[in-house]
Amino acid sequence: MAWRLRLVPVKTNIDFFRIQWVTFGASIAAMLGSLVLIFTVGLNYGIDFQGGTTIRTESTLAVDVGDYREALGALELGDVSISEVFDPSFRADQHVAMIRISAREGEESVTPELIAEVEQALQAIDPAISFPAVESVGPKVSQELVTSAMLAVLAGAVGILFYVWVRFEWQFAVGTVAALVHDVLVTVGIFALFQLRFDLTIVAALLTILGYSVNDTVVIFDRLRENLAKYKQMPLREMMNLTANETLSRTIMTASTTLISLIVLLIFGGDVIRGFVFAMLLGVILGTYSTLYMAKNIVLMIGIDRSDKPKASGGASEFANIDA
Amino acid sequence: MQSMALWKRVLILLVCAWGIAGAIPNLFYGQVERHNDAVAAIEAAGEPATPEQAADLALWPNILPSALMNLGLDLRGGAHLLAEVRVEEVYKSRMDALWPEVRDALRDLRDQVGSVREVPAADPATLRVTIENPAGMAAAVATVQALAGPVSGVTAVGETTLDVTSDGNDIVIQLSEAEKRATDARTLDQSLEIIRRRVDEVGTREPTIQRQGERRILIQVPGIGSADELIGIIGTTAKLTFNAVVPGGRTTDAGADPGPRRLLLPSMDEEGVYYIVEETPVVTGEELVDAQPSFDQNGRPAVSFRFDSSGARKFGDYTLANIGAPFAIVLDSEVISAPVIQAHIPGGSGIITGSFTVEESTKLAVLLRAGALPAQMDFLEQRTIGPELGADSIAAGRIAALVGMVCVAAYMIASYGAFGVMANVALAINIALLMALLSVIGATLTLPGIAGIVLTMGMAVDANVLIYERIREELRAGASPRRAVELGFERAFSAIMDSNVTGLLTALIMFWLGSGPVRGFAVTLGLGILTSMFTAVYVTRLIVESWLDWKRPKTIVV
Repeated sequence: MAWRLRLVPVKTNIDFFRIQWVTFGASIAAMLGSLVLIFTVGLNYGIDFQGGTTIRTESTLAVDVGDYREALGALELGDVSISEVFDPSFRADQHVAMIRISAREGEESVTPELIAEVEQALQAIDPAISFPAVESVGPKVSQELVTSAMLAVLAGAVGILFYVWVRFEWQFAVGTVAALVHDVLVTVGIFALFQLRFDLTIVAALLTILGYSVNDTVVIFDRLRENLAKYKQMPLREMMNLTANETLSRTIMTASTTLISLIVLLIFGGDVIRGFVFAMLLGVILGTYSTLYMAKNIVLMIGIDRSDKPKASGGASEFANIDA
Repeated sequence: MQSMALWKRVLILLVCAWGIAGAIPNLFYGQVERHNDAVAAIEAAGEPATPEQAADLALWPNILPSALMNLGLDLRGGAHLLAEVRVEEVYKSRMDALWPEVRDALRDLRDQVGSVREVPAADPATLRVTIENPAGMAAAVATVQALAGPVSGVTAVGETTLDVTSDGNDIVIQLSEAEKRATDARTLDQSLEIIRRRVDEVGTREPTIQRQGERRILIQVPGIGSADELIGIIGTTAKLTFNAVVPGGRTTDAGADPGPRRLLLPSMDEEGVYYIVEETPVVTGEELVDAQPSFDQNGRPAVSFRFDSSGARKFGDYTLANIGAPFAIVLDSEVISAPVIQAHIPGGSGIITGSFTVEESTKLAVLLRAGALPAQMDFLEQRTIGPELGADSIAAGRIAALVGMVCVAAYMIASYGAFGVMANVALAINIALLMALLSVIGATLTLPGIAGIVLTMGMAVDANVLIYERIREELRAGASPRRAVELGFERAFSAIMDSNVTGLLTALIMFWLGSGPVRGFAVTLGLGILTSMFTAVYVTRLIVESWLDWKRPKTIVV
């Protein structure tokens, strides 16, 4: 037999429920912890959501954050944060910093004069400086962006709930959505914990996590549905373990190819999308975990009514009739 | 088991060939872009190609496809603005224009209402008129209401333009809700048109200018230096008027009371000098047909202009009647200059002098030509991305895509051997198809979009993994190679379908609710799901079956 890389043995018999109270408890604790963090520490919102201005500076001279702060202090800008950016793809003499200026209260639109003042002040201390990106968002728009972002994630979850409900049973839909909530919430919680910048692209990442996580869960449920029809007498718990073990190889395989892409992006993709990629990376790991330890457990807890016939019959579902 | 029908095989191969052909131009982005620009320039000019254009044309053969993915601002560099139009300003100018009509109409009712007088209203979008004799209120309201016309537009049948009510001795007049909506729509359309003309005058490539919601306009111009520069071009209302200066109207008193229906306006280049002018202009910039940068007799930069026939007549009559009197050339409530009329100016052309630089006179000419914005705008969002940052992002994205592809491919081969190679061929075709689709629909590729493509590579193999794992199971269960492959594809299909439909669902929601870069990401992700389903299910199957037909193996190892 030819050699194959195998992360998972051909036949596994892992009992995914053996430590279910530990795993389930850990998930609940992580979710609660995330909620607490989000509401107490809060998220480090980018200007998309808070209003304000970010200026990306680039210079051949080394960045001294203290000097920058001093130069800008005279302008009385209010809340200013300055941070140096590092990336392996930068040239040796490429020094990049991000300056964020929060929107001042009562300012509805952005003032180009203010940006010009900041640029002049920085040019005074570092003549080699340039400004590759300057972005400003007014507080009015950012409020709307917050609303539409939350709506997007909510709409995504509801859409998935309905799809899974129609294609499977309502218990499956509840389990899927619980896993989704877990993945998204814990990802956001980690962003709050490490005070990583949370902006519009992170919301896009959250939505992609929704898509990935549900993908993972649905594959197992699809198999579970098939097994429900096949082994009518097997206890539900045993059957779920069988299903998870049967699909384990695929779950790990897909997670690893996706993780490979994401890790490559994290290393080589540049600092501009690093936050976005990091969110996605967290989501894939959490999504795989919740597929194995969260979604099924909830379905088992609710229980499935097996007295009537399952929706799909046998190994072939309705799609199998389509001649490929 | 039966193999795929011949027509199906041909169709699949044709789609793959189309994808590869459509993707190729994107690998030679710079060359193809210059070729396309040259083609467009030659077409627009309608003349034979210049040597430079001919050289650009030769960079890419005409017979090959030349559609490219658009690069988003974050990759190409440029400026992005979100502007909100102050539509209420138009209500006010409508009311201002209405007052003389109201006054004339009520004058005919003098014996019933007595004298009438305009009083300041708290809300600038309303006109308040006090009548002397409240007994005539009903008649007055009816008279003013009669001035209203029907609202234009399909949704507003039977509604009139004005809302007229009484409040004590005052008649309160404002635009009706239906008319406000119609006015807003017109204001937005006009603003869009004027912004488009102004941006086009600057001559950059492919600007995006689109309406967003009720009163907002999104403007994206690639290749422009900064958002500030863009605001300079589109943010000026450029309302040009020619107003009569009242006798002795030049003053240095900033607090001078101009008197009714008159305005106190500052001078543009003389500090501390003000002019009192009549509020109703003699001629406005709307009656201009042309404006060009030029020089006055002393060789200083100036702007020459020409009126249309009605403007020329008004201007001619006015200059004939007011020789020796000063008049003011007013731009956006500032007096550019206030020359004394030396002679009758027939023919409707003239020259505006002031202390301009050449750039200023050129810009003013552009603004005047494009016309005045109907209302001012507030800029809610402005973003500038430098071209170097965009180039860095492209370079980073390209490396990430290549490395990602190599890693995923190596991993697939290590896991599935020859079947991994087949999956990789399908993956390559998948990426080609995705790029071709993005090019054909003219989608905009953003940085998150590139991330979407790289992520698609990781997730696209999922379908292959599902199929292969299933084939392995069937083989273990003792099926023959052919039967196992057939069953593998069949049984994996429902899982592939369900998981991809949910992915598509989230992509759709992102597209529907998102904006800018998020939308770009949604497009690449959604199309990536579609193409990966096609390649995993059809292309891989075609490859695997052809291989089985060719080798006819007794056993296979997946």
